[in-house]
Amino acid sequence: MSDKLVLGGKEFESRFILGSGKFSLDMIKAVVEDGGAEIITLALRRANVGGGENILDYIPENVTLLPNTSGARNADEAVRIARLSRELGCGDFVKVEVVGDNKYLLPDNAETVKAVEILAKEGFVVLPYMYPDLYTARDLVNAGAAAVMPLAAPIGSNKGLCTKDFIKILIEEIDLPIIVDAGIGSPSQACEAMELGAAAVMANTAIATAGDIYQMAKAFGLAIKSGRLAYLSGLGRVLQDSGEASSPLTGFLQD
Amino acid sequence: MPEEISIMDEVLDLYNKYDFNEFTSENVETALQKEDLDFKDFAALLSPAAEPYLEQMAQKAQRLTRSRFGNTIAIFTPIYISNYCENQCVYCGFNCKNKIHRAKLNIDEIEKEYKAIAETGLKEILILTGESRKASDIEYIGDAVMLAKKYFSLIGLEIYPVDADEYKYLHEQGADFVTVFQETYDTETYKKVHLAGKKRIFSYRINAQERAILGGMRGVGFGALLGIADFRHDAFSVGVHASLIQKKYPHAEIAISVPRLRPYINSKNENPNEVHEKQLLQVICAYRLFLPYAGITVSTRERKNFRDNAANIAATKISAGVCVGIGGRGEEEKGDEQFEINDRRSVDEVVSSLHDYGLQPSFNEYIRLI
Repeated sequence: MSDKLVLGGKEFESRFILGSGKFSLDMIKAVVEDGGAEIITLALRRANVGGGENILDYIPENVTLLPNTSGARNADEAVRIARLSRELGCGDFVKVEVVGDNKYLLPDNAETVKAVEILAKEGFVVLPYMYPDLYTARDLVNAGAAAVMPLAAPIGSNKGLCTKDFIKILIEEIDLPIIVDAGIGSPSQACEAMELGAAAVMANTAIATAGDIYQMAKAFGLAIKSGRLAYLSGLGRVLQDSGEASSPLTGFLQD
Repeated sequence: MPEEISIMDEVLDLYNKYDFNEFTSENVETALQKEDLDFKDFAALLSPAAEPYLEQMAQKAQRLTRSRFGNTIAIFTPIYISNYCENQCVYCGFNCKNKIHRAKLNIDEIEKEYKAIAETGLKEILILTGESRKASDIEYIGDAVMLAKKYFSLIGLEIYPVDADEYKYLHEQGADFVTVFQETYDTETYKKVHLAGKKRIFSYRINAQERAILGGMRGVGFGALLGIADFRHDAFSVGVHASLIQKKYPHAEIAISVPRLRPYINSKNENPNEVHEKQLLQVICAYRLFLPYAGITVSTRERKNFRDNAANIAATKISAGVCVGIGGRGEEEKGDEQFEINDRRSVDEVVSSLHDYGLQPSFNEYIRLI
């Protein structure tokens, strides 16, 4: 059965998106291969021309780049960074990140919508990072986003699906791929997100801070596949604690 | 501006709030178990009672640093463009009463230095001057910043404190970060060690970070010169000051430097407030645990092995290929140094050391949007 992730008209076999920001550069290739990721995000500020090692030299050629606008504090800055990314030859994909709080790094939903609207009109395939809010998600659809990327927990926290119930609402209500981004701390959490019906999961810190980084990349790859398979299979029913009542309330019905 | 005064007042009110000798191991253990530390937890980690817990503090600091900043350590270099100074700070080599070689680079000389630095691959630069408006006025510094844009993506300033509109001007020329060391938050000691010059005005200095942010700067740096007064009180005040600024201006990037008093020219006096490496590391770890989001810079005052290990635990930025005199890269050094440095490694040597620790040196953490 064909089950591909489609973003901006491009098809991907893998539903594992790797964040690159927290690895040593010489690890990236092996992590991509072990995890089976086909998309890798990178902060454009790190791919800027000149100065020491360039992250672009370490990313395998068959992997799709998803440059992000990290460092942007408002829509205007995000738009400028995205345009710079295109000029630098990083392609048309862009993950919009607008963060106005340097302590918790939570996304600014209102500014994110503004940036998406401008960039989508300019032909970018825009994947916005957002706080899982239904109204914002609808605005992002209308603004032309190619997917919606709600956070599971504060970035880098490894706390897992803290926003699970709200992500579920987005999965049910929004007709775009919902990619769970930020806060996923273990393969079981990635698997759970996929079982819920997430289109993909992004991970970075959970792998970069693991004891064996390469094994953990592999574990994430397997968990994401497993969760996807479970979602497609349809999860079995869960019995309530009390089981089924022996004196049914509807037993009085006659004709 | 009343709000400005309130941050200073809050920092000063808290200066003597805790007696660091009264903390117990229980206070330290409580602080170590918490995720969000309050002022009391932070003070406990700076206290003598925390010294036996230094390894645990370092372990936790490393975890927090890696999860927030990954493996990356930013590398930059400072450039001193003038060492004329109107202040008389008893601990500093640039003290206006010191008989040292004074010099100021002209714009051509500055460009030669920039070129020499750019050839090492660095993209981040910190422009420093002595604190003399007369010798190094705002336009002179602005011209140096404007020229730096040609070669570097991130430009920081460590100059005398200025007004918000002057910070705005310097930001428009291309500078994004401003560091101002308060030196000490003990107002009595502050008066005693700053004998003359505009620096004597404590309030103008302590409010500099706020003016820099209001002028549009993206980030601000803080620091006390540990060892001038009681280092625990001073380190505590740095953390309090930085956290209050962050709370009021959540978009601003916050960085902390950890200079400690080192031997300087024309002084042979013993320092009664000496800060040893063990205590310096305790301060660094306490900063990390209290402010997981703050950048931490360790200067070349420290030896290379200390700096590399600090980077492995909690520091996020270190300098390389450092000259603290005036000139000395593109051409002959024209003016004397501010302090003695202990780590003279080139950029390549620092890069290779960081690789040995499994860390990722980065020259490029920034896109300038001005």
